[in-house]
Amino acid sequence: MTRTLAGEDIARRIDAATPGAVIRAQGDYVHISPESIREVSRFLRDADGLEFSFLSSITAVDYVEYFELVYHLTSLKYNQSVALKARCYGRGEPVAPSVCEVWRGADFQEREIWDLMGIRFEGHPNMKRILLWEGFPGHPLRKDYLGQDA
Amino acid sequence: MTTMTTPKTEPVTINLGPQHPSTHGVFRLRVTFDGEVIVDVEPVLGYLHRGSEKLAEGRTYVQIVTLTDRMDYIASMSNNLAYVRAVEQLAGIPVPERAQYIRVISAELQRIASHLMATGFLLNDLGALATPLMYCFRERERILDLFEMLCGARITLSYMRPGGVFQDTPDDFWTALATFTDDMPVYIDELESLISGNEIVLTRTREVGVLNDVDAVDYSISGPMLRAAGVEWDLRKAHPYEIYDRLDFDIPIGALGDTFDRYLVRIQEMRESIRIIKQCVRDIPEGPIRSDAPFFIRPPAGDAYAAVESPKGELGFYLVSDGGIAPYRCHVRAPSFINITPLREMLLGWKMSDLIIIFGSIDIVLGEVDR
Repeated sequence: MTRTLAGEDIARRIDAATPGAVIRAQGDYVHISPESIREVSRFLRDADGLEFSFLSSITAVDYVEYFELVYHLTSLKYNQSVALKARCYGRGEPVAPSVCEVWRGADFQEREIWDLMGIRFEGHPNMKRILLWEGFPGHPLRKDYLGQDA
Repeated sequence: MTTMTTPKTEPVTINLGPQHPSTHGVFRLRVTFDGEVIVDVEPVLGYLHRGSEKLAEGRTYVQIVTLTDRMDYIASMSNNLAYVRAVEQLAGIPVPERAQYIRVISAELQRIASHLMATGFLLNDLGALATPLMYCFRERERILDLFEMLCGARITLSYMRPGGVFQDTPDDFWTALATFTDDMPVYIDELESLISGNEIVLTRTREVGVLNDVDAVDYSISGPMLRAAGVEWDLRKAHPYEIYDRLDFDIPIGALGDTFDRYLVRIQEMRESIRIIKQCVRDIPEGPIRSDAPFFIRPPAGDAYAAVESPKGELGFYLVSDGGIAPYRCHVRAPSFINITPLREMLLGWKMSDLIIIFGSIDIVLGEVDR
């Protein structure tokens, strides 16, 4: 059975390696600051006893007040999982660091988030829309998006 | 006339798709060739984008089951299963034991059907037009007949509900299933005897489109494609859901991670699925097939991520509830979408004819890629 690491334990380890990154631990989730996503990801991928080599999924949720990025990571070696959350404030074009250089599997998923949710990933090699066409007005998964016939 | 000069050459960019038989749907590849050799690839997606995730925000938890059918439409049972598991986790809905067995049986039948499609079309792409495909479709047809007995539908099934399945199995389902599980190993042997030793198939697929284990993990690849690369990772073993922990089965893995291994892993997985189904038929208890979940499910505010091993790979649903009757957010971790991330790297340096089969061996469904 895949072990879900307790947020508090993993938060302690992240805090020791990258001070200031952890905001709080809540249940199975570790809330981190958006600026530190890449450093924390690299640490989780490489650290002994963690080795989260597999990025299961990245997604984003629009809570109106802020956007929340959710990362689900899996360690195939130790069969354990961890989930990270990072909040990006601002309704314009919030920016978060890309984790493409940590896991190349993030490529299409980050493009999808940019396309549908409108969060830009800095350092992504090809930050273009993926499902909709270039020039599409708005980002449909945002809560304030009105369809074209609205 | 002057003496011989070096002919001027320049790369040619062609569009493969969106309407092309080998793209298995509406998928477009912009491929740049230098002579016959691929020097650049850019996948263009979204032709089948229906905004399923947005649509889900305006539907109740039970209604969304029908949306999941239309994602991976050749494996709707697996989609149903992944989705209802996420709802059950979010709302804390128990599932009776009998329903879990029925779910596993139907998910494994669906895996066989999906792998048959993948194998048949791979051979079709290789130029073995229609014959192997028809062999595969003959068996798939029997699975669809079984599904029709279960729920009346053949493709878009909507058989599962949060808390169980829609209705109990009719008696003739079990006799038909028993005949099928007896016949199927013979059919798989027959299919394999036609393909696995075939000189042309081996020449065209061995060491073609290799994706090694380190790259596969780095690219978040899952499913048969990851296992063909030699990584022993299957959610049914790693994180047993439903009643998979009570079942005895093996995880087939490949050695090279080439196109042939991806084919072979699917063939072997079909055999394992038959083993699983036989054990389920032996052990299935009597009892209710659905727990008392209300029609309007109102999960407490919070979120849940549940993933299952679908025929294509790790299919996950991330649901967020605000306490209402519809999810606040419904994200699908679609294996087909993520499995094509390394497509460019896998295709560079190969030729047009190899492109078709490397792409075919990944086994994607555009309904799931574009959602």
